[in-house]
Amino acid sequence: MKRTTPAGQAFYYFCVAIVVIIAVFPLVYAISTSFKSGSELFSTQLLPGKASWRNYLSLFRDQPFGTNLLNSVIVAGTVVILSLGVSLLAAYALGRVSFRGRGVLMMTILAVSMFPQVAVLSGLFELVNWLKMYDHLGALILSDLIFTLPFTVWILVTFMRELPKELEEAALMDGCGVLTLIFKIFMPLLAPAIAATSLLAFIAAWNEFLFALTFTLSTDERTVPVAIALLSGASSYELPWGNIMAASVIVTLPLIVLVLIFQRQIVSGLTAGAVKG
Amino acid sequence: MQARSESALGVQRRRQARLLVLPALLVLLAIAGWPLLRTFYFSLTDAQLANLQGTQFVGLVNYIGEAGVLRDPEWWQSVRNTLWFAFLSVTLETLFGLGVALLLNHPSRVRALLRAAVLVPWAIPTIVSAKMWAWMLHDQFGIINAMLQHVGLIREPLAWTADPNLTFTTIVMVDVWKTTPFMALLILAALQLVPPDCYEAAHVDGVPRWRVFRKITLPLIMPAVLVAMIFRTLDALRVFDLIYVMTPNSSTTKSMSVYVREQLIDFQQVGYGSAAATLLFLTIALITICYMGFTRSREEQ
Repeated sequence: MKRTTPAGQAFYYFCVAIVVIIAVFPLVYAISTSFKSGSELFSTQLLPGKASWRNYLSLFRDQPFGTNLLNSVIVAGTVVILSLGVSLLAAYALGRVSFRGRGVLMMTILAVSMFPQVAVLSGLFELVNWLKMYDHLGALILSDLIFTLPFTVWILVTFMRELPKELEEAALMDGCGVLTLIFKIFMPLLAPAIAATSLLAFIAAWNEFLFALTFTLSTDERTVPVAIALLSGASSYELPWGNIMAASVIVTLPLIVLVLIFQRQIVSGLTAGAVKG
Repeated sequence: MQARSESALGVQRRRQARLLVLPALLVLLAIAGWPLLRTFYFSLTDAQLANLQGTQFVGLVNYIGEAGVLRDPEWWQSVRNTLWFAFLSVTLETLFGLGVALLLNHPSRVRALLRAAVLVPWAIPTIVSAKMWAWMLHDQFGIINAMLQHVGLIREPLAWTADPNLTFTTIVMVDVWKTTPFMALLILAALQLVPPDCYEAAHVDGVPRWRVFRKITLPLIMPAVLVAMIFRTLDALRVFDLIYVMTPNSSTTKSMSVYVREQLIDFQQVGYGSAAATLLFLTIALITICYMGFTRSREEQ
């Protein structure tokens, strides 16, 4: 379709190279740093001369990083399951039944995701204390719903709308209850959308920082972002950069693998709301 | 008989639909609606974090009193910081995102590699990217300083996260690195929706590429790009994580969210902090309403 000149080709490949390097270099350097130890940590050579696992070992030994990882998995996983359950119900109603106030309801739900987190911080703090959930993972599971629920509903509504009406009519004619319709019939058809939404919600809950910082106190209850941000070393002035980079690598590599495997679903989920909706 | 049973079914469906939406609404009411109202309430009291029950109503003192938020120069500095940050970040992310999207749209053998690489900054948690960049920009052992010195661009290492003249640039730079992929993907989706016939026609007519881009592509993707920019701006106005982790005590980068949390949690001033939080909320609400009103009127056209 477009004929590119050799100069154009060269320019294209040059640009691609620059973008790839800028995008990937920080991670590569972090990986390299995580394997450096001792005084080598303070040199800026790219490949560690004497690679060692020391940083990774001390990361798990000096603080409960394993527990922190588990905490993050529990919080993010629970948030995703709760969001999906509640959102599927709401998305069916909002996407396929026309009732009065539907538009306003959609806008309200979307508007919640626009709230600055600090605007609900004091209220949530009070709520968390009242529920005796301060310094417990329950506080985070509850708070994170504030942003996962709206966008899960939004994305699922977009996909729910596209499901064929005949299927729904046939099921209802057969006497199917609406819950069976949603969970046994529609849910399998929405599998790619659910995969995309779950992944995006999981990543969002995993990365959440403000609530996790404010509602937990003990190192055992921290999630990974807070643990990494607050990693401190022996002295109060020098941060344990080797450990921090090791933690960063551990947290990032699984996420990157997940994102690369589910590239298409993620991109379709991200763009469903923006472009189609 | 037929008509009556159909409308009865319709009524039943609508009632059912309302029930189905109820759980989501109740959850959001409990964790968003109620806490927001509490924040408004607290902003009119002298509440302290340690004792949220024993509060006294003080009216608008937290806003316009002598020690009120609207009279605190640090608040206004944080407003300026946030607005300027949002403007710079979103503009740069859109421009670079457009560039990357064009690269991704161009068919080639390395396209898959490019897309995978571009997803990496997006996939890395914000805190982790903050730490990775803090390490690369470290004033003594950072590789960025080493490279710049090696090439001769600077003589002394720069204190990227401490020097007040540099902290803002640092924050914007890291945010642009982290968020450009997101913009690039959105713009790419818009680019791919442009029907190829447009390009074919222009190609046959011999229109130069730059002109095709400006007169055909750009106007067609502009609506989607604008939507993406609005969403990004609303996000950027709420920035917290990056600034808290990279440049914690810098007044040149303190965003409104950082200011609010500092007041609420560090200084325990829940009344005062809630006033600042309310102001931030109103700012974002105003912009959101303007935008929704604007799109609603465009749809009606």
